[in-house]
Amino acid sequence: MEIGLSHYLFVAAALFTIGVFGIFVNRKNVIIILMSIELVLLAVNINLVAFSAFLQNIQGQVFAMLVLTVAAAEAAVGLAILVTYFRNRGGIAVEDINQMRG
Amino acid sequence: MLAGIAFYVLATVAILSAFAVIAARNPVHSVLFLILTFFTSAGLFVLLGAEFLAMLLVVVYVGAVAVLFLFVVMMLDVDFVELKQGFLDYLPVGFLVALVLLGELGMVASASMSAQGAPIALAPQGESSVTNAEQIGQVLYTEYLLVFQLAGLVLLVAMIGAIVLTLRHRPGVRKQDIHNQVGRRRADAVELKDIRPGQGLG
Repeated sequence: MEIGLSHYLFVAAALFTIGVFGIFVNRKNVIIILMSIELVLLAVNINLVAFSAFLQNIQGQVFAMLVLTVAAAEAAVGLAILVTYFRNRGGIAVEDINQMRG
Repeated sequence: MLAGIAFYVLATVAILSAFAVIAARNPVHSVLFLILTFFTSAGLFVLLGAEFLAMLLVVVYVGAVAVLFLFVVMMLDVDFVELKQGFLDYLPVGFLVALVLLGELGMVASASMSAQGAPIALAPQGESSVTNAEQIGQVLYTEYLLVFQLAGLVLLVAMIGAIVLTLRHRPGVRKQDIHNQVGRRRADAVELKDIRPGQGLG
């Protein structure tokens, strides 16, 4: 029952896959797509922390912190865009989002 | 032994709740499951000995990001049932991509076993008195000082961007204007009329 590095990598792989799968199946709902991106970034964080712990190197945790920062910034800007889009169009369907160009 | 049980429980809950995030009908439930996922991942981080990052995950994600999501989901008046329509259309292609991705990542993960086929064990922590937060602090403010500052810059730009995107000036809304208030003089506010007795203003 020894828990090794590969166990954590499997968990991270599962979370990553679920995140990508969520982006594919929820094509209409931007909020769920943003949450799926958060899941993907969480999987990356688990990978970084697992390698950092097993290789006895603190750098991985520093980089996980940076990923956390970028994820927070991305969520803030993404939701701000979402609110503005909802205000202008009265809905958040992604399919008519290409009308924003020009 | 106890750590093994804790790992399997946390990993199972994390994966199941992550799946619930993308499968839930109500986005509010999705956000709540996202919080559960982050919480259990913080538990996994504690098992790995990364206590500082675990607390950071709880504070930043559960405390800030998830609440932000919750606010936006509840603020937007959207018919979410309608948004769920295309779920089955994209299911086959999404499933295919997910399967390929999981297969590849699984191969990489299983290749990370040591040469004897045994899992690489977590090195013993030893009697070191340096805590996890202290270890991070020792490199974060020296070796990674520039990166740390740049992370702050990223947050600043994101904050300004979010404010600029959502700020709007609506005409016809009465708001307090300090400049107007202070700039008001007696001459343009009060008018003196000389009224003759017994006649009124007429």
